Amino acid sequence: MADPMRIRAQVAGDKATVRVLMSHEMETGLRRDGAGALIPAWFIQEVSAAHNGKTVLNAQWGPSVAKNPFMQFSVRGAKAGDKITVMWKDNKGDSRTDEATVS
Amino acid sequence: MKTASLCAGLLALAGMALAGPLAAQTKSAADGIAEYRAMLADGNPAELFEARGQELWKTKRGPKNADMSQCDLGKGPGVVKGAFVELPRWFADTQKVQDLESRLLTCMTTLQGIEAKAVTEERFGRGEQRHMEGLVAWISAESRGMKMNLPQSHAQEKLSYEIGKRAFFYRGGTHDFSCASCHSAEGQRIRLQDLPNLTKNPGDGVGFAAWPAYRVSSGELWGMQRRLNDCFRQQRFPYPGYASDVTIALGTYMGVNAKGAASIAPSIKR
Amino acid sequence: MQTRREMLHHSAAVAALLAGTGLLPTAAQAAWNKSAFEAKTLAECVKALGGGVPAESKDVSVTGPDIAENGAVVPVGCASTAPGVKRLLLLVEKNPSVLAAVFDVTDSVDANFNTRVKMGQSSNVYAVALMNDGRALYAVKEIKVTLGGCGG
Repeated sequence: MADPMRIRAQVAGDKATVRVLMSHEMETGLRRDGAGALIPAWFIQEVSAAHNGKTVLNAQWGPSVAKNPFMQFSVRGAKAGDKITVMWKDNKGDSRTDEATVS
Repeated sequence: MKTASLCAGLLALAGMALAGPLAAQTKSAADGIAEYRAMLADGNPAELFEARGQELWKTKRGPKNADMSQCDLGKGPGVVKGAFVELPRWFADTQKVQDLESRLLTCMTTLQGIEAKAVTEERFGRGEQRHMEGLVAWISAESRGMKMNLPQSHAQEKLSYEIGKRAFFYRGGTHDFSCASCHSAEGQRIRLQDLPNLTKNPGDGVGFAAWPAYRVSSGELWGMQRRLNDCFRQQRFPYPGYASDVTIALGTYMGVNAKGAASIAPSIKR
Repeated sequence: MQTRREMLHHSAAVAALLAGTGLLPTAAQAAWNKSAFEAKTLAECVKALGGGVPAESKDVSVTGPDIAENGAVVPVGCASTAPGVKRLLLLVEKNPSVLAAVFDVTDSVDANFNTRVKMGQSSNVYAVALMNDGRALYAVKEIKVTLGGCGG
């Protein structure tokens, strides 16, 4: 099971700014290891986010996204106490879902 | 006479005109880097390591199935807040001056029964070293913003400082480098990296007060031991032993010099 | 003659096979668009995502530093002020994987996303807005990448 994400959701006017840090290698599949063998591609492909259970964001990522990815977006109409859930799924089928409360 | 001074005047003007755009170019590169660093300040992946470290502190591990809650980092068993900015320091139980990582090694071996070799001989970023990274990230974070304040009251602490100073200025290796080659003057730079003067307090969040750090170039959390290990590599020195006396002494030298500098560890670095 | 149970099992197996090929109509969450992520140019990528010929526009903005101290982590952002944005894309022209990210824009979020990409070398970075009416609008910025210190 992958390491948990760090999610911060802060009210900014009538929206909430959500900042997410994910723990993931984001391996491109183009690098070689010490022995010269290709390190297999391993990267987050799908990301989604929900506000109080309703999907507000869907994204697709490729291996150009940096290791330990960061993402920031703004959810309209989010208030303090609301729940923000973020999910990611990688090309190996591994996934992770974490939640934060808007403060 | 008049022509000469006119020529001189024109030359001077031309010189200034040339210097102008060049100076502007260098300034904007430094500004550009500063802007890049500022953009990364929010959302430092070191936070992922901090979270791991916080968990590890409370996790029962090793043959003795114990957590780190009794680990004394210098301010009493289990006291983490403020400990980072007072290390390296002397410890009565080991009768040695120890830095953060060597002290964690003591706790991991004595409290948890983990074999020292599992840490000291492990590659950075793997196995027990990975656990160490989490721990140093969290422990340093618990002192964020606090000022470096290493004790120099015990005779061994003073000795450690002096040894560190000798080691800092010691030239050796194939290139006759010393730490001082890069870190003993103001305004030095390697490519776009400013090299802090570590013979004195280089300022808040600089040098000793900026490590451990998340190194974006390797996507890993570097503790001070790894940072020093890499310095030795760049000087074409043999690798120092993990948590060896010389690395601790260098830490004492730099840390005491940095007295009063606010720590920003764990920070983010290129 | 198959029993109902056997028939259901069989169709589940076929569905699983089809799903692997990406030929089944996708549900709420779009499957990973392989051809878009394998595209080598802006035009190719936008075409794979069903957009028209890309046109530069002041209604789209791409943000990022002028110079990155290390290409491993470069903060970039894509945003659009125009109404009717369906998707926002981030592309790094000189990367082996040109398309870095696709963000679906819903009414619940601002058309403004930030992430971090890795860049192999100095390159143009594009933010592309795919509009509901099929148009593709973009903004471009050059980001220089350096290699710091003693060689990383």
